[in-house]
Amino acid sequence: MKKLIGKGLLVATAAILLTTSSIASAETLRLLTWGGYAPQGVITAFKKETGIDVQVTKSNNEGMISKLRATRGAGFDLVQPSQDRIASAQADFDIYKPIDLSKIDSSQIIKSMFEATKANTSYNGHVYGVPHVWGTSGLVVNRKLAPKIMDYTDLCSAEVAGKVSYRLKRPTLIGFAYAMGEDPFAAYNDTVKYQAILDKVQAKLIDCKANVKAYWSGGDALMNLIRSKEVVAAMAWDAGGWKLNNEDPDVTFIAPKSGALGWIDTFAIPRKSKAEDAAYKWINFVMRPEIAAQITAAAGNFTAASNGDEFVTAKLKGQFQESFPTADIDNIKWYPPVPAGLEELEGKTLDRIKAAQ
Amino acid sequence: MQPDKNKLALFLLLTPLLVWLLLLIVIPHLDMMLISLQERVAAREYRTSFSNYIEFFSEPLYINTFIRTAVMSILATLLTLLIAFPVSYYIAKMMKGQSKQILFLLCLIPFWVSELVRTYGWMILLRESGVISSLLQSLSLVNGPIEMLYNDVAIMVGLIYGSMLFMIVPLVTTLDSLDDSLIEAGYDLGGSHWNVLREVIIPHATPGITSGCIVVFMLSLGNYLTPVLLGGKDSLWFTEQIYTQFITRFNWEQGAALGMLLLLLSSLIVWLGLKLSGQSFRKVMS
Repeated sequence: MKKLIGKGLLVATAAILLTTSSIASAETLRLLTWGGYAPQGVITAFKKETGIDVQVTKSNNEGMISKLRATRGAGFDLVQPSQDRIASAQADFDIYKPIDLSKIDSSQIIKSMFEATKANTSYNGHVYGVPHVWGTSGLVVNRKLAPKIMDYTDLCSAEVAGKVSYRLKRPTLIGFAYAMGEDPFAAYNDTVKYQAILDKVQAKLIDCKANVKAYWSGGDALMNLIRSKEVVAAMAWDAGGWKLNNEDPDVTFIAPKSGALGWIDTFAIPRKSKAEDAAYKWINFVMRPEIAAQITAAAGNFTAASNGDEFVTAKLKGQFQESFPTADIDNIKWYPPVPAGLEELEGKTLDRIKAAQ
Repeated sequence: MQPDKNKLALFLLLTPLLVWLLLLIVIPHLDMMLISLQERVAAREYRTSFSNYIEFFSEPLYINTFIRTAVMSILATLLTLLIAFPVSYYIAKMMKGQSKQILFLLCLIPFWVSELVRTYGWMILLRESGVISSLLQSLSLVNGPIEMLYNDVAIMVGLIYGSMLFMIVPLVTTLDSLDDSLIEAGYDLGGSHWNVLREVIIPHATPGITSGCIVVFMLSLGNYLTPVLLGGKDSLWFTEQIYTQFITRFNWEQGAALGMLLLLLSSLIVWLGLKLSGQSFRKVMS
């Protein structure tokens, strides 16, 4: 026993020595991001060119904001929240640092997307976000088993009863609102009107609850439900649908009739970032067209890099064109910045839907 | 000189415990309490108020969720006791020597893997395309696939399975300390099985039963993984509400208030349970 403890101590000291020495010898970039946005190949290439280690933590929008809120903006050097969630989080919790636009190589970024993101992530005259990866959420459908699903509200039809899944989160509320003929984004700043829309959606989703097999929360859980054919139609991201399409040609992503919901994930710098220079280096590195294509291949989504799609595989391009005929691209509803306080209303609605029997 | 030295030794021995309690239990809870008393007025602007607590009592959703969680936890505790008692009795009284140790070890083995893995195990068994469903189909006992996941029974199964060990360990220890001759004397004096159980075995095992029940109840009430993964769309567990408030709503104030209420109300339930069963905390702990 004593020997064991001695050995344990030795290992522990060695581990501490190793970690401290590695901190001393190389710069590290602590990146908080989504799965697939920092593939190993890109990290290795970055290390080779700059000597900077990249430490990746995977999360989602809520996770990123919560983590940064808990530490008041410390613990990470670069984060990737969606563009619509930045200004309100900055207003409420002061967790980001303004982006120094002079350090960004803007020629590498699609201009329209860059400008839109700058406008949407501005707070008090400063810009807090640079666009990186964009995509949509809509419907992932097994076309053989559920051929008639064209829009969010079709998920409530009797023929797919018990074989449907969606998230109990804000995109579901907004998608259903559009499918029911409302315009929630136009009502973003009118609390009374927005609440009326929420009430309508709430009634619909409570009605629809019997149809739902389970509310999914992680992408992998949803993939398993669709693979096992326990679920034939679901609300999900486009990349997830295309990934499933590679395994089973019957399953694919479709843009709903009322319009897919478009999101852009950005780069934002936490207030207490310790490796700001490395962060800018990483941003400029991954926006190079050939690197951006590698990220597209890993994440399944397109990036905001100009000419990035030239290097993308023909298969993914084909899947994209099949899911998005030109008219559907124009119909994408891009998320405007969320006003503060709106998520509280949505939260209560979601709670009530969850609690309804 | 001597008493001073003793005091110093006691103080030194207690220090790690006190530091532990202060840093990891007392300070976080005080901080939680302070956060729970704040109300968001506007961005970066807060004022002190009880609004988060009032919210709990005025929004039926929170109360109903809490009652549901408490009732299901109590039910899970009773069922665990019902299943664990015969098992513990068998291990403590019927088995001797090595076979006793092996049986005890068998109860322990599932706990060598993490709770998450155990819960996923249940999901593989119970799901529509899972083991039990396909077994029943291949035996042609049922026609189509059957879904056993995502309901209250699945939650209950998961909770009982997950807390079984914490009931068996205290029960086996207390039953072990019961002298066999007392049981024999009970029978010699003409007692039936029921009499012996009620008059001899249960009174002796009461401290074990009570401490087991408290642990299992608290574990079930505070469980997050099992209800969320096995309960699906209807899980509605109180800890899930707290998690949602903290993580997905960024509403720490409400989450902290719900957390404090969970602490207070669950302590109240345990206290009531002790009172109703005529136990005192001191007896259970001794």
